Amino acid sequence: MSTMTEPLLKLDRIDSFYGQIQVHFGVNLSVPRGEIVSLLGGNASGKSTAMKVILGSHKPRAGTVSFDGHVLNGLSTPQIVRRGIASVPEARRLFGDMTVRENLLMGAYTRSDRGGIDEDYERMLDLFPRVRERLTQRAGTLSGGEQQMLAMARALMSRPSLICMDEPTMGLSPLYVDKVLDLIRTINQQGVTFFMVEQNASLALQIAHRGYVLQTGRVVLSGEAGALLGDQRIRDAYLGGALASEPAS
Amino acid sequence: MTAWFDYTVNGLIVGNIYALLAVGLALIFGVSHLINFAHGSVYMVGGFIGWLCLTRLGLPLPVALLATVGGCALLGVLIERIGLRPLQGAARIAPLLATIGISFVLDQLAQIVFGPDPRPVPSTLPEWTFTIGGATLGSLDVLIAAIGIGAAGVLYVFLRFTRLGWAVRATAQDRDAAQQMGVNVNAVNQAVFAIACGLGGLSGLLVGMYYNSIDPAMGFEATLKGVVALLIGGLGNVPGAIAGSLLLGLVESYGVALFGTSYRDLFAFVLLLVFLVWRPNGLFSSNRRLPPEPLTGTFLSNRRAVRIPQPVLIVAIVAAFALPLLVSSPYLLQILTNGWIYGLLALSLTLVAGTVGQISLGHAALLLIGAYASALLSVDIGWSPAVTIPLAGLITALLGTLLVYPAFRLRGHYVSIATLGIGEIVGLVILNWDGLTRGPVGITGIAPLALFGWPLSSARAVYWFTLAVLVVLALLQVRLLRSHLGRTWRAIREDDVAARAYGVRPNRYKAMAFACGGLGAGIGGAIAAHLYSYINYQTFDSQVSILALTMVILGGLGSVAGAVVGAVALISLPEMFRFAAEYRMLIYGVVLLLLVRFRPQGLFGTA
Amino acid sequence: MNHPEVGGKDILFDVRRVTRRFDGLTAVDGVSLSVARGECVSVIGPNGAGKSTLFNLLTGIDVPDDGIVRFDGEDVTGFSPERLAARGVARTFQHGRVFGNLSVLDNVLLGAHARLAFARPGWPVVGAVAETLRALFAPPAVRREEAALRAEALQIIARFGMRLAPRIDEPAHSLSYANRRRVEIARALALRPRILVLDEPTAGMNESETAEMLELILELKRDGLTLLLIEHKLELVMKLSDHVIVLDDGRKIAEGLPDEVRHDPAVIEAYLGHRQVGAQAPLEPQVVVRSPERLTP
Repeated sequence: MSTMTEPLLKLDRIDSFYGQIQVHFGVNLSVPRGEIVSLLGGNASGKSTAMKVILGSHKPRAGTVSFDGHVLNGLSTPQIVRRGIASVPEARRLFGDMTVRENLLMGAYTRSDRGGIDEDYERMLDLFPRVRERLTQRAGTLSGGEQQMLAMARALMSRPSLICMDEPTMGLSPLYVDKVLDLIRTINQQGVTFFMVEQNASLALQIAHRGYVLQTGRVVLSGEAGALLGDQRIRDAYLGGALASEPAS
Repeated sequence: MTAWFDYTVNGLIVGNIYALLAVGLALIFGVSHLINFAHGSVYMVGGFIGWLCLTRLGLPLPVALLATVGGCALLGVLIERIGLRPLQGAARIAPLLATIGISFVLDQLAQIVFGPDPRPVPSTLPEWTFTIGGATLGSLDVLIAAIGIGAAGVLYVFLRFTRLGWAVRATAQDRDAAQQMGVNVNAVNQAVFAIACGLGGLSGLLVGMYYNSIDPAMGFEATLKGVVALLIGGLGNVPGAIAGSLLLGLVESYGVALFGTSYRDLFAFVLLLVFLVWRPNGLFSSNRRLPPEPLTGTFLSNRRAVRIPQPVLIVAIVAAFALPLLVSSPYLLQILTNGWIYGLLALSLTLVAGTVGQISLGHAALLLIGAYASALLSVDIGWSPAVTIPLAGLITALLGTLLVYPAFRLRGHYVSIATLGIGEIVGLVILNWDGLTRGPVGITGIAPLALFGWPLSSARAVYWFTLAVLVVLALLQVRLLRSHLGRTWRAIREDDVAARAYGVRPNRYKAMAFACGGLGAGIGGAIAAHLYSYINYQTFDSQVSILALTMVILGGLGSVAGAVVGAVALISLPEMFRFAAEYRMLIYGVVLLLLVRFRPQGLFGTA
Repeated sequence: MNHPEVGGKDILFDVRRVTRRFDGLTAVDGVSLSVARGECVSVIGPNGAGKSTLFNLLTGIDVPDDGIVRFDGEDVTGFSPERLAARGVARTFQHGRVFGNLSVLDNVLLGAHARLAFARPGWPVVGAVAETLRALFAPPAVRREEAALRAEALQIIARFGMRLAPRIDEPAHSLSYANRRRVEIARALALRPRILVLDEPTAGMNESETAEMLELILELKRDGLTLLLIEHKLELVMKLSDHVIVLDDGRKIAEGLPDEVRHDPAVIEAYLGHRQVGAQAPLEPQVVVRSPERLTP
């Protein structure tokens, strides 16, 4: 244990509720530094809530969320984000009436180093050529795939150590799905850690290093992505075969 | 031709002033989805700050302008921090009511400090004029135009080019995503309030200078006009607010030119209703669908209604009837009688706003219609009050429901704005329809209450009569609430989508509720007419509407007993403690603020 | 009323090629399905497949851009929810939409609104006045109907045993989530439905609650009720359904008996995700879009 580096992001025995409905039952997961980790699951598995818990918009009733060794419980979303976590929300959630350029720069809202921001801005334009073509367009007028590119670029503008992506391939054409996955790989190779919530298990496990599978709020499978890909039990987890082994609460 | 150009210029100048108000309202609505009903009060405060600077402190105009902006910005920050931030988790109606409460407090404080009389605002500008194409422009006109354009320019630069401005825009578009970018939305809210109120206060000073008059009561109308402009431009749309304001200014100017000054406000509210019905999302939205958001939501839920045991009720009613036998002071009986009349209004509103969830801000119009109906029938045709009072009730039920019907398709804030507008229109129509209503003069010499030739001349007789009517109508309302209508009405309030899925037609039942409410309120107004013997279009105005809402919330939305108790508490009690009567509005404002913050379900809970 | 027959079955709900577009997204694309009397049909599919949009089209909350919906032979395309309720279509909502501040009993009583004689619409204004007067004076006919309704409601509530019976006067918001969903079903039963449309009846329930709900629905099925449901718990779908329809991306990609569908590779792939994106490229190059509604908790 002492030779292992502390994971960048760790969820430790998280229980969360919506009113009386429990959506997480003792969820444990950890995201090692520099890796791509994917959280998978079908409908109503609790994966989107996991993202909300990490970003501070949903308070768990028990358990801790820690980032880079510091506990995040109780912090507000802006406070959490300032620690080096960037978010690419589900359905992008760009600022539709603001231009592409303005959206990009909003990504750097928490930074004050003018020089660094300009540098990164240029880097983004290189990395995302489609974005460069549309700088003065309102973000709401971009296609789904272009919006996803922009959302990723916006996230990168804060020079985060961890990027949280919620269903990044949802609603994208095959062409853009490929692009997004390539970009994730490239950026990860440059040292950024990724935590991805994704419904499409096949795709996610192709680029992730590690995966966790949630089923009705419990982690039922976890391990190296390659091993999970071939595991028949994933199908059961998604299509409701053997239900979670823990007894009902 | 030249006259029209003059009217146009005049309309644009006034529109400029409205724009300073409406832009602030749009900014606030954009980031926090709330209509700041205290905005007019801030505008009034601005006028007074400016007046203080110019007259008492003898400061030069630029300094006065800056002081006004700064002072009101500070006031805005206070309003946000103390009045609204604590209500963040509550449903939308809570901040709406809180801002209304704040406006009452501010208005009355100003009245206490400065006295109610209007005062002139000296213009320290050089007296030059020039003419363009037949229109005469004075230095003040130019100043207003310059400030208007300048403010718009500064705002544009702020929103387009500064970090905080971007944060404001981002928060207005997607609060959660903005937070995920690291934006502190609370700080953004405060900044927006500061800017909006600063502009609002500036507007107040400019108006004071333009009309050479400010008074503590000028705020309410300003809020109304601002809201109209806001709606025309599209809630939350800042450039839209400017366009809406200019349009409003022009419409008013032309309306006055065509029909006379007393028509000015009428045009404004007719314009409001036209938009609510035709384009509720504003001039610039192609979206014809209505935004969904119900207003009451969690404000009502999860508190059980307090069930008053029947014996207690019976004792209370008997005691109320027995009171004149024990207490002989006619004065006390009179104020209680007035309390019963307002009780009728509160019953009506608790049905509509409480049971059915339609938060009406124009309910006093029903009292007014009832009063005028009965007065006119008895004075012009000579019928006995025993006949005209019930007839007035029926007329009010019919007319009231017809007037409000177009608003049934609206939800949330829009219902309140619509009913506010309709209420104002009723008053203005009564004011202007000289032939029927005798216009601003009002109706004098209304026959006192009489039952089939038997005059009710003593305070006691009047007291008993009114109380009897109240008790009967209250019991009828209880009966209705216990019937299938009660559960149908409440189902519409709780979830009209689910209600429709089970065959309930919301418009039909809303109409029934307004009709029943109209009957009761109309009778109340009619009784009042015969009691007061003189009425005019201001006897029951928008302030009364809002007071009625306070009563109903105090008692508990939907609670019949609560409505009566609320009415007595807020009408009769302050009169009984003479000193309190002076500070009535202040008390109402504070009561509302405390209720909304600490006990939104009121005394008896929501039924 | 003519009874359309398809393949010898008496079809109650006949949906032909309904389509719904939102600003360029096709949320429901030419979906056809039919529900025979007494049948239980389930609609399944991954998130964003268009299931809820489809249900909204079938229950009057939304109007299809194309296609026809027939109920018991009558064309009901675009009918409002109120009119569908009058024809015997009862529905429940995802996550449950009970009337929070109304008692359990009142919730159930309201379910019968569409068939109340004393609440019938009648003439435009006169009917409303008549209804108000009836409520006020409660003539014997009204009291009888209300009493009969109350008795019936109590019977329906009794089906749920000790879950709801001791709580009939409690406001619905004070009940547990599972009980609120039961109230919703009780309310639907009060309508005396010819078809019960259930939107994720067990969403958010734990295993034992799900099992109880399964029992209840099976009981309703045994009583001959026709059912149409959206459900994610595929175990449940297998046990309940006579017929399963699978949607993905707004289109129907499979249908048939539960077991057939479960092992259909196209269905598995729709849920787990396409393995090789290139291999599944659609015929025309276009942006693949999904319903704008996201139904995640």
